[in-house]
Parts: sequence; structure tokens; C-alpha cells
Amino acid sequence: MSEARTELTLGPNPFNWSPERWRDFYFRIADEAPVATVYLGETVCSKRAPLFEEHYEAVAERLRGAGKTVVHSTLGETASQVDRRLVNDVCQRVGDLVEANDVSAIWHLRGRPHCIGPLINVYNEETLRFLAARGARNVCLPAELPFAAVSVLCGTAAAEGVTIELQVFGRQSLALSARCYHARAHDRTKDTCRFVCEENADGLPLTTLDGQPFLVVNGIQTLSYEYLNLAQEVPALKTAGVSRYRLSPHSCDMVEVASTFRDLLDGEIAPSEALSRLQTLELGTPFANGFLHGQPGYRWTTIKNLI
Amino acid sequence: MNDDTVPQRPELVCPAGTPASLRTAVDAGADAVYCGLQNETNARNFPGLNFSPVELQKSVAYAHARGAKVLLAVNTFPPAGKFQLWKDAIDVAVACAVDAIIVADMGVAAYASRNFPQLRLHLSVQAGASSPEAIRFHCEEFGVRRVVLPRILTVAEIADIHRQIPCEIEAFVFGNIGMMAEGRCSLTNYVTGISTNMDGVCSPAADVRFEEEADGALTSRLGPFVIDRYACGESGGYPTICKGRYACSAQAEPYYAFEEPRSLNLSALLPELMRAGVTALKIEGRQRSRAYVKEVVGAFRRAVDDIMAGREAALANLIALTEGHKETQGAFRSKSWR
Repeated sequence: MSEARTELTLGPNPFNWSPERWRDFYFRIADEAPVATVYLGETVCSKRAPLFEEHYEAVAERLRGAGKTVVHSTLGETASQVDRRLVNDVCQRVGDLVEANDVSAIWHLRGRPHCIGPLINVYNEETLRFLAARGARNVCLPAELPFAAVSVLCGTAAAEGVTIELQVFGRQSLALSARCYHARAHDRTKDTCRFVCEENADGLPLTTLDGQPFLVVNGIQTLSYEYLNLAQEVPALKTAGVSRYRLSPHSCDMVEVASTFRDLLDGEIAPSEALSRLQTLELGTPFANGFLHGQPGYRWTTIKNLI
Repeated sequence: MNDDTVPQRPELVCPAGTPASLRTAVDAGADAVYCGLQNETNARNFPGLNFSPVELQKSVAYAHARGAKVLLAVNTFPPAGKFQLWKDAIDVAVACAVDAIIVADMGVAAYASRNFPQLRLHLSVQAGASSPEAIRFHCEEFGVRRVVLPRILTVAEIADIHRQIPCEIEAFVFGNIGMMAEGRCSLTNYVTGISTNMDGVCSPAADVRFEEEADGALTSRLGPFVIDRYACGESGGYPTICKGRYACSAQAEPYYAFEEPRSLNLSALLPELMRAGVTALKIEGRQRSRAYVKEVVGAFRRAVDDIMAGREAALANLIALTEGHKETQGAFRSKSWR
């Protein structure tokens, strides 16, 4: 099978950084990171969205000016009126593509080209074909899919003219809730949170009663403690037909992460070298790659070949 | 789109993990019973639970003879390459003449509505359709006739949704309450390698361990992770990740980071829910005993009949059946739960 042309993408930032930090992060990405597409927009909490508004257009413009494609991501969970207004506003944007992260966004977007985000349950060929017929052009698959399913979906996507994207770096979204766990950790509620999630640039870690790091709280979202790292799997994913590789933003040196994955995708470095470069980031947290191997998601396996 | 001034007589939708439970629920006054097949096509894929196709056929005959409906849950997400099992489940549902199937996956819904346009579709709570737009999408694309709402909405929000959608609303009123949006949680898979969405299991028993400590305390684990610890004599719950006790930098002591082990009990909100436009009341618990089914279904049957007759409903005895004998009204009462 011939390998698809590969693209590196930067997923939406799930965290609540200060507006200036947020802006400067993307300015640096625009200037230095070898990513082709950048997803902007608030995916976790509609209360946060206004915080970034003043810099949003400047960031989008800087990214476009650097030759990058900007895609606007919608909220992962839509329930309140504020949520619904935000999803509606993002979906009404013209010029750039929009990535749907819940079904209410697909309701707005169907009939015109759009992207499907990893918080939408695309598990099988039937769902993929259904969404392609309604305008989906790129599908970023859910975190927990094993390689066998990813591989089958790549075949379906090729026949439908859809590209398949997969997260390869960063904490994985494991669950969404109506309750804000960041607020709860500070004895507040979602309505009285006073944006306490801004205290944790990479989320708030939870440890078990015997002191083992376990999960990470980010507003209504629960993330993995470990950072997903699929550097070793990239060659097999390329062969399977995954054409877009998503990095999820963190406070670490994302330009270095992007450069490493770009070199790996270009075949300039081996997976082992990519791994050692990523290890020098000193994240202080382990890597994981379990889901793709059909293993518990937290696990890390050193591999030679993906089955 | 709907008149919400006069409460409609709601349908009482009751769980059946086995044919015996189904008969018990029907005899106790269930208007409808929901169940699943013995495989990963439904979200309660536990050993010793669920129905063979032959059992389903006989159960449908039993229920129909007594005026009750049978709803088949085909509400998990088939991974690519394994879709045939879900197609087979829908074919079985049609062959057995069930009254509706409860679906979550868009591919499964598309298959069912394309091949069996007469088959009534209910949208499972696992689809996580929490806004009018998401619900309308499923109604317009698949002809969904009823939505089972996620347990993340207040009664006021349910009333608001009711006015904006063209289908019936079913809401959970009693039983186990998960903290995460249904159909969007990979926590079990993260810890055990078994996926709630693809395998139909949350917190699989094979990965659960209880260990007695030297001081008599009981530690519960899921896979390698400690979920909770109970002092000697304290009653311990089944370890689910979203009801575990953890530590974080913002709390001085370990705390229930997501929620305490509690069950949902909306019996006190029944009249409000009915006024909000909920026309089907769902009781959780396909994994529970026949005695549980008999008691809970009987109590809700009497309560609904009392409310419709303008009498005060008596439901105080239900707390004995809740998890750890603790109950909550979850998201339904007010936004402060969030």
C-alpha cells in the first residue's frame, strides 16, 4: 500500500491558560512549529471562551500568515444555553473549516464540508460513511480505538475521500461530565468557579490513596495522567493510511515536540531517536500507548512492530 | 411543540437482566421492559445476564400477552471490523417483534432505519444527546421517536428541551448514577483494557479486588489502581472509577473527586418531571436481583398511579435499595450540583 502524504496538526488547547500566554503560545507555533493545521477554540468549558476572544482573530491571522490552516473546534459537551450559543457561533464562521466535537455541531454543519473531532464517537465504517455523506472531510478518531479498527477505518475513509487523523502526543481525553471537577476540588461549583482551572497549565493531577498518580482533572474533562506518545507506532500508522497526526498542546516545548514528529514522519529519524528526543522534554510523567495495542490505556509498551 | 400543562400518564420503563426478571417486572406493573442480548451489543454485558434470541422471543410473548412492551438495548459502539454482530442483534430484534430498539451509535441507527423503517428507534442515553440540536439531528436523520436524556440536565433544562424537540422524552428516575456523560467515558478501558463503549462493561468484575489491610480496613481496586478504602465496619461499595476517593493538591484529605457512592432517586421530583414533559420514567438496574426489580417497580407503579389520581405518592421506603443507602437527585434539582 502506498503511504499517504502526512500532515502534522496541533489539536485544540484543552487548558485554561492566561490570555497572554495563550496568545504567545500560538504566535510561537505560527513562527516556529512545523505543523500544517492548527485547531483553535474552546472545547471544554463555554465559560472560558470569552477569555480568549480579544486575541483570537490575531492568533488566527498570524497562523494563516505563516501558511497554516486554521480550523475552529467546537465544545465537547453542549447542554446549557451558553453552550448552545457558543456552538452556534463557531459553526456560523465562514472561510475556515469547523471541527465538530458533539452532535449538536454536526446538526449545524451537515451539508457543507467540515471536520469531525475525537470527542465524536466514530467507531466503525457505517458511522464514517454516514458522516462522510453529510460533509465530513477529516475525522480525528476517538482515543480508545485499537489499531485493527483504525486500520479498517482508514480503508473506508480512503474510499469516501475522507482523511483520518489520530492524536499521537499529549494527555488523552477519557471522560466528560456535567460537573466541573476543578471547581469541586476547590469546594466550588461550576457557576461559582472563579476560573480556578487557570491554576493548572496541564490539568490537576489526582493520585490514588496509595500515592499513585492516576488521572488529571481539567474542568468537566478527565484526562489521562500519562502523556500519549505514539512515536513508535508512526510507521505502522502511515502504512495503515493515517494521514494526519495530532499533537495536543501542553506547557512543555511544543515546537520541539512538533519538530520531532515532523522528522519522524519524514523518515529523517527512527522511532527510537524520536523517543529519546521526547524523553529529553523531562515532562515528569510517563508515556502511554496502551489503547492502540488493545491494552489498558495507561500502559506503555516498547514495540518493534505493530500487529 | 408540545403542550406541557397537563401531565401525560407516563410509561414506566423497567430493567430486566434475565427472563425471570422480565416476568417479575411485567407482573409488578411495568409498562415497558428493556433488556439486552448476551453479548457486547448492549451496555450491561455482564456474565450470567441478558437474553438469548429464543429467550427474547418468549419474553416478548409474555410481555405482549400482558399489555407490556419490550425494548431491546443495542446501545454500544461497534468497533470497525465487528459491525456484523450489531446488525445481527437488530435482525433478532425485528424477528422477535420487540416494540423498539434503543440505539446509540450513528452507524447502528443508520443501518436500522435504512433496513427496517417500521422499527421504532429510541435514542440511548449512551448517545449523549444533551441539547435540542443533537436530539433533532437523530430525529431527522434516523426517525428517532424517543430520546433517553443524559443524567446531566436540570428539570428546567428538560422542560426547555421538551419544547424544542419532535420526540418523546425518557428520563432516568432511580438507580445507579454514573458521573460521566454516558457513551463518552473511556475510564474503564484506560484501567482494564475493557471498553464500556465497545464491550458494554463498566468496571468489570474480573478486574475488581478487595483486600483486607492489617488494621481491618478494606481496600478496593480496579486493575492496579486503588479506588477506595473503608475503615473496619464501614460499608464498602463496588469500585467504579468515578466514585473513588483520591488525593489532589487542592484538598487536604483524600476526597470523592467526582462523586460519592450514591444512587439516583428522583421519586420526589416525579410530578415536576411529568410536568416538564417526561413521558417515560426509566429505572436503572438490569444487573440487580428480581427482589429489587419487584420492589422498585411496584413502588414506582403505585407512585405514578397516585400522582395521576391526584394523591400524594409514598416512596420513602426506596432508600433501602439505593447504593450504600445513600441517594442523590444528581443534576436534576439545580445547577449547584455541577
